[in-house]
Amino acid sequence: MDIKAYIALSLTLFTIGIVGVLTRRNAIIVFMCVEVMLNAVNLLLVAFSNMHAASTAAKALPTFASDAQIFVFFIMIVAAAEVSVGLSIIVMLYRNTHSIDVNFLNRLKN
Amino acid sequence: MNAILLSALWGVLMMFSGVFIKSKTTPKYLALAGIILVFIANAFELNAFGKGAIHFNIDTKEMLNIGSFNLTFIAVVLACTLLFFLLSGRDIEKVGEHVGEYFALIFFVICGVCISATYNTLLLLFLGIEIMSIPLYILTGSDKRNLKSNEASLKYFLMGAFSTGIMLMGIAFIYGGNPNGSFFINNIQMGEGTMPIMIAVGLVFLIIALSFKVSAAPFHFWTPDVYDGAPTVFTSFMSTIVKVAGFFAFVRLFENSFGKVQSQWQNLIVFITVLTLLIGNITAVFQQSVKRMLAYSSIAQAGFMMLAVFALNTMAKEGLLLYAAAYSIATIGIFAVLIKMNDYTIEGFNGLGKKHPLLALCTTIFLLSLTGIPLTAGFQSKFFMLMAAAENTGKFWLIIVAVLFAAISAYYYFRVIQAMYFKEPGVEVIAEKEITPSFKVMLAIAAVLIIAIGIYPEFVVGWMYHQ
Repeated sequence: MDIKAYIALSLTLFTIGIVGVLTRRNAIIVFMCVEVMLNAVNLLLVAFSNMHAASTAAKALPTFASDAQIFVFFIMIVAAAEVSVGLSIIVMLYRNTHSIDVNFLNRLKN
Repeated sequence: MNAILLSALWGVLMMFSGVFIKSKTTPKYLALAGIILVFIANAFELNAFGKGAIHFNIDTKEMLNIGSFNLTFIAVVLACTLLFFLLSGRDIEKVGEHVGEYFALIFFVICGVCISATYNTLLLLFLGIEIMSIPLYILTGSDKRNLKSNEASLKYFLMGAFSTGIMLMGIAFIYGGNPNGSFFINNIQMGEGTMPIMIAVGLVFLIIALSFKVSAAPFHFWTPDVYDGAPTVFTSFMSTIVKVAGFFAFVRLFENSFGKVQSQWQNLIVFITVLTLLIGNITAVFQQSVKRMLAYSSIAQAGFMMLAVFALNTMAKEGLLLYAAAYSIATIGIFAVLIKMNDYTIEGFNGLGKKHPLLALCTTIFLLSLTGIPLTAGFQSKFFMLMAAAENTGKFWLIIVAVLFAAISAYYYFRVIQAMYFKEPGVEVIAEKEITPSFKVMLAIAAVLIIAIGIYPEFVVGWMYHQ
């Protein structure tokens, strides 16, 4: 398939993620939207890796362009670490306020 | 290399110390020993650099680029952390129950700082920034019962994760647009003329994400709330060491492949610099709380550090090293005094000069250094930055703008000095018993360091050329 289709799909997912982060009020939904953004990047990296592997430069070197696939694993690991920290922060907030509404945060300004 | 490995190992050790050591004061000494050890190991590596002397090394396939510039920067960061531990170690113990873990997280941040100071591929840039940020989310929320700390933590976390997503998108686009199919920052093929559209899009994403991390305008809006809400000791840490590390990563990214097409992205950096200086300085003028004022002042100082990204020459590198040292020492010192205060507003400082002359004198020196008065380190670092910007290109107006904003910054720094010396003391300005003689000695040493670097900047910069 053409690389443009992958770029379009990935950018769509990424935009859904950004719009979700900026508009939703529930901390867990915001968090899910961040994960959607990260997975859009994963998809794009793998697609680019495949694109580079089909190029002429790849003929000489079999491992050419496999870096991106390794990168995807690192993103997954970091995302897992972020989930563990993020959910515990949300749980901590819920214990103190019984709410996970992000609007609540505006109190800091006063 | 030594610093990366040792700080990660010592972080793990500190975590276990939380299990085995019940005393609340012991972890501080363990952490002090650790940071001194890491500093010495790094100093050995710097001293032996280029001489082929044997030191611990791992073949990273050039994914890390270790030179005397990076090692000097790591040495500055480690020295500032040592100062931070000595000045504020007792206050870290007061944040909560898990003292060992706080120190462990700080060591992990240091490991991330060292990685993002030496990275050579975009993969390690990402990992370094993340290793630096994730422990900070926890440290920000470490005052678990305090609602402000909780909210700051959640806000920092969501903003951080969001900017990570943007940074990764940028990296993916740069990878896709690079026919070399590589993540190495010195192996990005720009082509002739304007750079390919995919690399340009990726670069803009990366600039946005890194501006988030170093809190440059217009992506600074999380900074005041987070710095205000976090426990003050950790604000001191993250507004200094973590911030300068972010700038170092910024400069490293641009001095390689992207440096060759500087004219294409320079205007974007100029825009960010001017906006950061404007918003940081103007908003700081209206703050009543010193903690919040320092948060805005850190944005304003970030504007000055952006000049290094703008200029990208040898002078800029020297300036960044000096700026890292001058800004970190001064801000850590002010925060160390601020933590002892009962009242964080500017009125809280009233009459400190009469009650504690030494504390007031040191704070004055730090504030003068942040303003950039001659004979202090702050003056030298600002001077180097402006020289670098002047050497670079014909954007002379940028230097005038920067100097004007430095003059504005004098207003809000001097307000604190005025409160200390020319106002009558309040009921009780400071918790008396917390001012130990050793605290005073350390504060005086920090003030002397500021003046020493101000008179003799080669003290820091010279190591950059160590062969």
